[in-house]
Parts: sequence; C-alpha cells; structure tokens
Amino acid sequence: MTETRWDVAPGDRPGISVSEQGTFSGFFVHTIGLLLAVILTITSFWVANTSVLWTPGVPAGLVVLAIAQMGVHLVFFLHITTGPDNTNNILALAFGVLIVLLVLGGSIVIMANLNENMAAHTEPMNLQMQH
Amino acid sequence: MNIAVGVDDVHEGELVNTSEAGPAPKRIVVSYGFWIFLLSDIVMFSALFAGYAALARATAGGPTGSQLFNQQTVAMETAFLLLSSYSCGLMSLAINSRGYFGTFLGAGVTFLLGAAFLSLELREFATMIAIGATPQRSAFLSAFFTLVGCHGLHVAVGLSWLVLMMIQLAMRGFSPVVERRLHCFSLFWHALDIIWVLIFTVVYLMGVVP
Repeated sequence: MTETRWDVAPGDRPGISVSEQGTFSGFFVHTIGLLLAVILTITSFWVANTSVLWTPGVPAGLVVLAIAQMGVHLVFFLHITTGPDNTNNILALAFGVLIVLLVLGGSIVIMANLNENMAAHTEPMNLQMQH
Repeated sequence: MNIAVGVDDVHEGELVNTSEAGPAPKRIVVSYGFWIFLLSDIVMFSALFAGYAALARATAGGPTGSQLFNQQTVAMETAFLLLSSYSCGLMSLAINSRGYFGTFLGAGVTFLLGAAFLSLELREFATMIAIGATPQRSAFLSAFFTLVGCHGLHVAVGLSWLVLMMIQLAMRGFSPVVERRLHCFSLFWHALDIIWVLIFTVVYLMGVVP
C-alpha cells in the first residue's frame, strides 16, 4: 500500500505525478506541439489558396488537416494518450466525438438529401405549371 | 478457494487498484468533471457547425463568404490564438513547479494574445456590419455570427476568468483551490483553440474555396 494508482487528470501527462513533471521536458513537448500545429496551419492556408491541387479534393484535404491539428492539440497540449491511466478521459472523449459525428454527419446528410429531393420535385411541378 | 488465494498472492506488494482505493483525489475528480463539461460544450458547437454547414449557401442574394472574409485577418487571429494556447501550456508548467514569475508571465502573454484575437474579431464583425452584412441579412450570415460569435464569447469569458484567477493567485498564493481552477482554465483555453481550428477550416478557408 505504498502508492495508489489513479487515473490521470485531463491535461496532466500520464505516468508522472504532478510535482515530478519536469519543466524542461514539458517545455519540449509543448514546443513540438506548437511547431506541428504551425506547420499544419500553414499547410491549410496554402491548400486553400493554391491552384496546384485538384480543386474538388481541396475541402476533403482541409478537413483532414483540421482533424490532424486537433489531434496534435489533444496529444501535445492536453496530453491525452492511449495509456491505461488515461482510459476515463479517452472514453469521455470518444463519446463526445461520437455525438459530434452523429450531429454533424446526420445534419449534413439529411440536409443534402432534402435539397436533392426538393430539386427533383420542382421539375415536374414546373412542367405542370407550363401547361 | 485455491484460485482466490493465488490471486491474493499476485496482488500483494503491487499498487492498489483504482477501484479498491476509494474516491480519487479532488484534483482528478474536478478536472474530469470539467473535461466532461468541455466535451458537452464541443457537442453544442457541433450543432452550430451543422447549422452553418446547412446554411452556408443560403445567402439570399446577399454577400457571400468569399466576398466578406479577409484571409490575412484570419491568419493573424489563428496565429494569436495558437500562440496564446502555447503560452497557456507554459503557464501550466510554471504552475506545476510553483513559479510565481513564470505563472504571471504566462498569464500576461496569454491574456494579451487572447485580447488581440478578440479585438481583431470584433473589428472584423464591425466592418462586416458596416457594409450591411448583418445577421439579419441572410441565413448564411445568421449562422456565421452565431457560430463565430459564440466562440468569441467563449474567448471573452476565458479572458475575464484569467484576470480573476490572477487576482486569486496574488491574494491566496498556490492553494489547492487556485491550482485546480488554473488547471481547469488551461483545459478551457486549449479546447477553445481546438474549436477555432475547425472554425478557420470550415468557415473561412472553405468559404474562400469556390
């Protein structure tokens, strides 16, 4: 009973107790995160403005870059890992992501579908009105 | 019986399991609760994003995103918020090592960068409203002001929270309560930056792409 193994609080680096977290290595982790985030942001702005890339693929590429940058923020700034002492945080996050995907995906699919159906119905109506 | 004895033998001398050790320390419980609040906040933002995505083309003959958005402003806002997130991370490192100077320095830099972000955003809103692109103009603009304004409101709340925390830190020092609140603030600030990543991608960059 010398030490108890707790889950890590969100935002703490796992495996190291708060008082022992070295300032230097923490600084290193945050700086790597900043560099990666800057690279991804610059890439996003370049992708949106360049004419080199295939235009219809640009939105998908931007979404991928955004998701990558959110991952960088989660790992390097919020210190969310897949370690065993991070399980609670990961499970809460996974549930949040599930709801976000359902709300976003569901709304976008339904609205696109409605738009298509409306467009399909307006044509016969227009024909009828021409008679 | 023999099996149970064997299991007891294995556990002896090892760390106590979380489930057997009683309630977790308050620091972990508080941060976890705040983490769940942040996730619920992100779920709320996802509804605003869904609304924006559905209404982004509904400009009702009014100005479109590519006419209104200035990419230089957005790039500067992004840089300010990203750097403030970084300085907030350095502030939480200073809190862990109980450094007053580092904490106040990090908080000051975070506050200045956040305030610069907010003033740029308000100036952008003011220029849009001045040329008639108000929330009443079209469904697209209503959705835009709701989504981006809600994020701006969060930033404003975060800035006043930071000021309050610095006053508390000056008055009470590194007490456990102040430390927990500062930890929650840094979680909040990083979450705001994560939401901004989605905003500048979905609203500004995709709005400029034809």
